[in-house]
Amino acid sequence: MVTLQLDRLTAYYGRRQILSEISTPLFHGGQVVALLGPNAAGKSTLFRRIFGLLQGGGDIRIEGAKASRPICYMPQENAVNAVLSVYETVLLARMQGRRLKVTPEDLAQVDQTLDELGITALGKRNIGDLSGGQRQLVSAAQALVQAPEILLLDEPTSALDLNRQIGFLSVLRRLAAERRLLVMVALHDLGHALRYTDQAMVLQDGRLTACGQSNEVITPELLRQVYGVAARIESCSKGRPLLILDDVA
Amino acid sequence: MSEARLGDDQAMGREFYRALVLKRQFIVVGLVLAISVTLCIDLALGPAQYSLIEVVSALLAPSQVSDQVRVVLWEIRMPVALMALVVGASLSVAGAQMQTILSNPLASPFTLGISAGAGFGAALALAFGVVFIPAAVNYVIPINAFLMAMLTSFFIYSLSLRRGVTIETIVLLGIAMVFVFNALMALIQFFASQQAVAAVVFWTMGSLTKATWPKFWIALAVLAAVIPLLARHGWALTAMRLGDAKAESLGVNPRRLRLEVLVLVSLLAAVAVSFVGTIGFIGLVGPHIARLILGEDQRFFLPGAALCGALILSIGSILSKTVMPGTIIPIGIVTSLVGIPFFLCLILSHKRALW
Ligand SMILES: Nc1ncnc2c1ncn2[C@@H]1O[C@H](COP(=O)(O)OP(=O)(O)OP(=O)(O)O)[C@@H](O)[C@H]1O
Ligand SMILES: [Mg+2]
Repeated sequence: MVTLQLDRLTAYYGRRQILSEISTPLFHGGQVVALLGPNAAGKSTLFRRIFGLLQGGGDIRIEGAKASRPICYMPQENAVNAVLSVYETVLLARMQGRRLKVTPEDLAQVDQTLDELGITALGKRNIGDLSGGQRQLVSAAQALVQAPEILLLDEPTSALDLNRQIGFLSVLRRLAAERRLLVMVALHDLGHALRYTDQAMVLQDGRLTACGQSNEVITPELLRQVYGVAARIESCSKGRPLLILDDVA
Repeated sequence: MSEARLGDDQAMGREFYRALVLKRQFIVVGLVLAISVTLCIDLALGPAQYSLIEVVSALLAPSQVSDQVRVVLWEIRMPVALMALVVGASLSVAGAQMQTILSNPLASPFTLGISAGAGFGAALALAFGVVFIPAAVNYVIPINAFLMAMLTSFFIYSLSLRRGVTIETIVLLGIAMVFVFNALMALIQFFASQQAVAAVVFWTMGSLTKATWPKFWIALAVLAAVIPLLARHGWALTAMRLGDAKAESLGVNPRRLRLEVLVLVSLLAAVAVSFVGTIGFIGLVGPHIARLILGEDQRFFLPGAALCGALILSIGSILSKTVMPGTIIPIGIVTSLVGIPFFLCLILSHKRALW
């Protein structure tokens, strides 16, 4: 099973230090880890650093991975316009670094991924003609189709409607469990983080301010300190934790 | 996102994709057939008119036809007709990949200043006898043109290595180069003799008539060497069209790929342009037609761009002989005059966005 641990990780844009010494406990396959924090906290930067697009100090320890490149990454922006169908767009994500020939297994993998995300019907559409939420699902499919062991998703639900937000997150949770996949997902909705993730890391100004089990990390104090809102977490009639936002603090 | 779905539903996507691939394979075969036909017609046309049957029999069994027919077809017309195909393919592939790596539908060997550089190199030799490398008379002008074209692209290349140079900057640099060379050309024409000016002007119109077998082989060798090198990056190049950020997230290194491809296509365009002069239209339009009928998956787009370019220039070559019987109008003029209205009809009649 794949494990990931960050050790005093830093990252720079030019000379400007964005991340300062981020160290985490050991995360392992099967877990869904929420990456939380206000705008400009450094969430996307952390993803880019882990994926290898940014230089910096510290260590990214990955153990137990089967593939040589176990990490797949879905970036935050996905403004895309090319003369490609959705099916081709997802396929080409899988084919990177491979030979030109497409095998039936590749097609089967694309089909399965589109199906898992409920976008099979979009296959024929041109990617330029999609709605914002549809694009986001296609972008997620591009990451998922590569059969990653560690999956980094940068705000994958930000453009989705309510149904698709919870649909997507529960699919993610199921896939993580079934495939022993380690998912790290940046979220702005703490209610979703509370309900669909196991672990949570909170970034603030490039520093890790909290890290641990989601239901222990996401507390009214954290919401006040990090996000500046007054909130309560209560138990709903079905026994689930419920986040109630009262006001800006 | 339902838990269980019917297998049929999944297979739908695959079927769609297989049909798409099949359709594209048919289109590619169709293009090859069309090129064979235009090649035969191109060979049949000229001061001495032959029927298509004569041409085909001279091609299939050269020993069966008269010496005169054989010499005219094989020694005089064949290099020209084949040169049209190779140059068309080279310019179109160069344009296609420039558009891809620069994310710009206007990019072409012409807009990046490579054609203008070649024109300037040729003009130096034609007007003032400035020769960079002494060579056989036949090759002085192409070599001059080639060196200036490569110099231009290396200038752009070296500037694009600098930090903070974006793809928009590269395109702007290319356009700046075009203006610089246009001014230099005007300067040359101002000082040169009238005869020399006529020669320069004729060169910049583009002409296939100077093609010979050795020149054809050189151009073909470069094309044959560059295409596999580009095809090797097929998936990465397709991913480039999704933008740098997306390409990076898929494991592509956009900067490195861009530079490598820039060198390859500059070479391709420079060789083509130095042998036949400025033919601006193909490098821009060939790729757009290929994109229109084949999409942007490089496995089809790359050969498609080559074939479309070859076909367009072959048709251009036919028209340059037939529009005014007895005169061969320079090919650069024909492709622009006839091709652009056709291209406009094509893009205006198309409902989906082209880019
Ligand atoms: N390409 C860049 N060059 C320079 N600075 C950058 C760059 N990208 C991000 N930054 C800076 O790094 C800091 C962290 O940005 P980052 O994108 O990681 O935030 P984030 O947590 O993902 O925010 P959001 O929730 O808005 O997506 C910000 O201060 C931002 O200005
Ligand atoms: Mg971000």
